[in-house]
Amino acid sequence: MFRTFIVGSVLGFFGTGALLYFVPVVDLHRVPSQISVQTNGGNFEVFSVSLPGDRIMSGDPVASMRVPAGLAWPESALFGGFKTELFKIRNSDDTVIGVGSRIARSEASGNAFVQWVVHLPARGTVYLSMEPSPAPGQARAGVLSAGTREFASLRGSASETFVRTGVEGGGEEGADNEGRIDLRLTLMAQQDEAE
Amino acid sequence: MKYLVSLVFGLVFGAALLFAGLYLNPFASKASVSPLAVSDDELVVLDFSMVPSESILFTNNGDSVRSPNPLKVQQLWEPAIEQTWVSVVELSSARGEPIGVGVKFSSTSEATRPLNAEALVDSIWHVYLPGRGTLFVEESENYWHFLRDIVIPARWSSSDSWRASWHGITTAGPGALRTARVVGQTGEFAGVRAEAVESISASAYSANEGPVAMSGSLLIAVPKSSDGKE
Repeated sequence: MFRTFIVGSVLGFFGTGALLYFVPVVDLHRVPSQISVQTNGGNFEVFSVSLPGDRIMSGDPVASMRVPAGLAWPESALFGGFKTELFKIRNSDDTVIGVGSRIARSEASGNAFVQWVVHLPARGTVYLSMEPSPAPGQARAGVLSAGTREFASLRGSASETFVRTGVEGGGEEGADNEGRIDLRLTLMAQQDEAE
Repeated sequence: MKYLVSLVFGLVFGAALLFAGLYLNPFASKASVSPLAVSDDELVVLDFSMVPSESILFTNNGDSVRSPNPLKVQQLWEPAIEQTWVSVVELSSARGEPIGVGVKFSSTSEATRPLNAEALVDSIWHVYLPGRGTLFVEESENYWHFLRDIVIPARWSSSDSWRASWHGITTAGPGALRTARVVGQTGEFAGVRAEAVESISASAYSANEGPVAMSGSLLIAVPKSSDGKE
């Protein structure tokens, strides 16, 4: 009987070890790919944010514009010239696949910039730098500044478009908070050439 | 029958022996000295609180011991992001002066390997320091020692809490020296490629509420040659 116990102990020790080695402890949820191939090389993918539903946070210098209720945004003048937002990010199938942050400093505050970080847990993260002042009616253009994991070896461009939805006439007061932000990424593999 | 019972006890004993070995593993040493400590580059220190209620915003799937803050913030319950948590914090200098804001995204990593003493988290920082510029920080963090030294003792404690003084470096990559990768984009950080290390200093933790007295520090070594203007 003691021999059986010893055999069981050895089996338990190495069996558990094998289980920990071969069975992943973390298994992130994945959804079918929505990537499309570009005609001239590379591929593109569209991410979207439905507003106001997907807005997690709006850190705005103006207290009445802050989301969610009760957000204690710092009142210091240091935090007065820019806006920090957090969103849930959807794929073109309208499924939430990640979260993203957008930090924007306005022209009025000087040194304007608009940046996105889109974090997709199962795939990686992209860091986008957008032009601060697009022409009226035009999409805001930008570039991929950095990427992690599956985006680490890619380069490319991005565009940000705000599409008003659900409001007749489009330009009504208060309509700025309802609509959809489309982020279109056009990516291709980096060449070996020195930058 | 007695052989079967003996075998089952043996299996349980063997598994327990393995877990005890992993928990007490003397070869899994905690890093507490930054590899950037001897750097000649300018060191930017960004301190922040890791207590959710002291953050500007903290959100997760709502099932963790750490409660979202503010209470009405959206939770990350969707399947693709339920193992992700986000915190927005006010960043302070080493002298305690507010110098910016940081958004930190963290997701459990599929590279986690308990046999290697690794409980990995993929983390991303989006940092803005008004007057200086913006930074993107990519890192893989190892919370094994944090779990072993703080979280598990807190759960075992009859008071469901842990109190002591603990300091450890969580950054475990992707840099060769177990440093984080930093990309600067605007201002004096424009075009900067740098390294960073994140550390935790804790003195109180509750098994029911999470961190009670805990702060983090992001140490970034910025090459001196970067002289862009915001």
